[in-house]
Amino acid sequence: MTDSSIVGRGNREGARLFRAWFDDLTQAAERGERAAYVFVMGSMNEILKSFDFHVTFPEINSLQLAVRRVAHEYLREAEDYGYSPDICGYVKADVATQLRKGQHPMGRIPKPSLSVYTNACNTYVKWAEIWERMHKVPIFTVDIPGHRQLGLHTRPGDPDFDADRAYVEVQIRELITLCEQVSGKRFDIDRLRETMRHTNTMSRCWKRILELNSSSPSVFNALTDGTIYLGIANGLRGTLEGANYFEDLVEEMEYKSANNIGTQVDEKHRLTFVGVPCYPIFRRFDELFSDWGGTFVNSTYLWFASGGSNCGYQYDLTDPLASLAEGYLLTVRDAMDAMFDQTTMIRDAIDRFGVDGVVYHPIKSCRTVSTGLADSRRALMEETGISSLFIESDMMDRRVVSEAQLKNRIDAFFEGLISKKRLHSAAGGH
Amino acid sequence: MTNTKPIFDSWRSQPLTEVLYLCREAVEEADFSMVQRWRDAGGKTLGHFQVYFPAEIAHAAGMLPVKMCGAPVEPNNADSRFGSYLCSILKTSLELSLSGKVALDMFVSHPICDAARNLAAIWSRNHDYPSQILYLPQNANSSGSAAYLAHEYERTRVVIESVAGVTVSREALSRSIALYNQSRALVRELYVIKRDAPWKIAAEDAYSLVAIGGRIPVEEHIALLEAALPMIRENDAKAEDRVRVVFEGAFCEQPPLDLIRMVGRSCYIVDDDFLIGLRWLVEDVPESADPLRALAESYLERSSYSPVQHDLHKPKEKMLLKRVAAAKADAVVLAAAKMCEPGLEEQVAYVHELDRAKLPYFLSEFEENMSNFGSLELQVETFVENLLFG
Repeated sequence: MTDSSIVGRGNREGARLFRAWFDDLTQAAERGERAAYVFVMGSMNEILKSFDFHVTFPEINSLQLAVRRVAHEYLREAEDYGYSPDICGYVKADVATQLRKGQHPMGRIPKPSLSVYTNACNTYVKWAEIWERMHKVPIFTVDIPGHRQLGLHTRPGDPDFDADRAYVEVQIRELITLCEQVSGKRFDIDRLRETMRHTNTMSRCWKRILELNSSSPSVFNALTDGTIYLGIANGLRGTLEGANYFEDLVEEMEYKSANNIGTQVDEKHRLTFVGVPCYPIFRRFDELFSDWGGTFVNSTYLWFASGGSNCGYQYDLTDPLASLAEGYLLTVRDAMDAMFDQTTMIRDAIDRFGVDGVVYHPIKSCRTVSTGLADSRRALMEETGISSLFIESDMMDRRVVSEAQLKNRIDAFFEGLISKKRLHSAAGGH
Repeated sequence: MTNTKPIFDSWRSQPLTEVLYLCREAVEEADFSMVQRWRDAGGKTLGHFQVYFPAEIAHAAGMLPVKMCGAPVEPNNADSRFGSYLCSILKTSLELSLSGKVALDMFVSHPICDAARNLAAIWSRNHDYPSQILYLPQNANSSGSAAYLAHEYERTRVVIESVAGVTVSREALSRSIALYNQSRALVRELYVIKRDAPWKIAAEDAYSLVAIGGRIPVEEHIALLEAALPMIRENDAKAEDRVRVVFEGAFCEQPPLDLIRMVGRSCYIVDDDFLIGLRWLVEDVPESADPLRALAESYLERSSYSPVQHDLHKPKEKMLLKRVAAAKADAVVLAAAKMCEPGLEEQVAYVHELDRAKLPYFLSEFEENMSNFGSLELQVETFVENLLFG
């Protein structure tokens, strides 16, 4: 094995698989076939794949529009249709995609056959209602009750947890009935076991990959590389290709860790990222940090946008439906906590990952991840005194992205961080 | 209820105009002095954020359920707890507590929207008492929803008991449900008057009579409505040539009274979704050996609609058309609170449905803290003139 054969393989193979996934969707659309529309936090891919549904993630479709710098065209079209500038940019970009009959820079998005979504984000519900009205297709909410109070977590065996789990299982059984109706196929529990087995592999690997980034230097950039991995973690969840990809990725990251191979940045400051990246200027956004030697060693995005796969939850294949319900309850809750109660999770990660600073990036488009960040930051700083940066922009709408303002704030943050480190060093710290 | 001393009784023996004036003043008062009077008498308070909360459970524990639905205050303390691009109600509700205007022993929010779901965590970081999310079911159509919700109410009851320091018996719950049934029935009577003889009560007065129910014990609200309704019926005000409208879009953040008054100057608001949570249950909760289960089933099966609940049996745009038809309305005022994601998204569906039905509508946004209505009033008047004379 050589550096060149393994280092960077995850990014190269991830890009290939991602392209193949969109090609498959495009071909399906050309044949007039439809796809299940799902979301990253609780996709239920295990069930949908067991029925051979094509699956598309409108969040991923929308962010691709921003990365490819055409989001503004789609946003404008949806606003002309009646949607306010003040709502989620992902929703609006998708509305325009639907109005354009699936036309997308990556190919063509099929029409929906049904939509399945959790309540991890309330906008999922409003979004699915749009397809319900536009395409007259069934939509299904898998209601995952979250934790009821900050810091109070129920676990299996607790009567409150078991009541929630039972509720989720009833819904999963109802979803299976709906899938049978829409697909015209009988449910096959062994196919479900197979998809769940692949998800087990992917979740186990995802947890390991995130842990490996505690290496110094960090082995991947949580902001940029992490987004590629997330695409596969979601799009190919429950598939053999996805499982193979993640086993290979673990191998790559372990190799890098063992051989002290980091990212392409000369790592001087290890950072945690909180929120959703700034996709309209994605590469430049990362450079604003990497130019100072800042690397993102982890991010709440890798937790919640993987639907909580970071927990590494392993389904019990001997009791698939009950285990699926328990797994979704635990992992989607974890994703919710990564958005609403991330202070605890970040605090726990600071020492393990050797974090020097925390970057909060609330965005106009997403109130789910942004509403509580100012207060969360206040609480974290009170508890730990860690350096932090609070910058606002958007994940879709370049009208609210000011690169010059971002750069000013980021530069000032690093200057402060460097001064703090010097003072700490002068005082005999390490 | 724990306290026996009334906290809002200055209206007694007063003529209707004075009763309504006192209600308006009480509803607009940002110091929540009635709630403070309750606490001064030793009572405990549970603040619940929009939209719906089963107040019966808190009432049965002797607590005063207080609807936290914002207020006309500057969020000086709360602003630093939030980012930009948020609705006002979230900030001003927290402000009421941070500034000490409202003292609570427990806070409950609901998963109504992405912003509100963050509120319990923020509230919890800033207060020592329990701040919880009551997870009302987001899947209203599952066969497991009612059992789930009954358990969730039971879980909430246990937390409330620990805060109130009492045990809530089944009998106490049944008594509370009966009282709230009575108050809701009286509010429905008020809405019948609004619909059948809207000239007998101004829109902002009807609003205040309902809204005050979110701040006073249900027993006092019943007494107030029982006194006011006959006087309203006897009001000999004459009908005027105004457009009959439904006001839609105030399910969470509330428009200021002055905005309602302004619309009411040229229109009769014959139905609306103001404070819909207080009117969410549209029929009496049946007597039952399992009152929490009955409450849960009522939430799901005998209830209104709003943009923050998806229910296959209640497509919202169709429900709006039903509301318009039942109220014999000529037009709709379609409003949305600024930065309210579900409200703004629903507006698009409403607009398309009203277009299909060829029903005129006036489209607008509002904010609870707005104070200048000059240009908005001009637009409303123009809209009305077009309908009356166009």
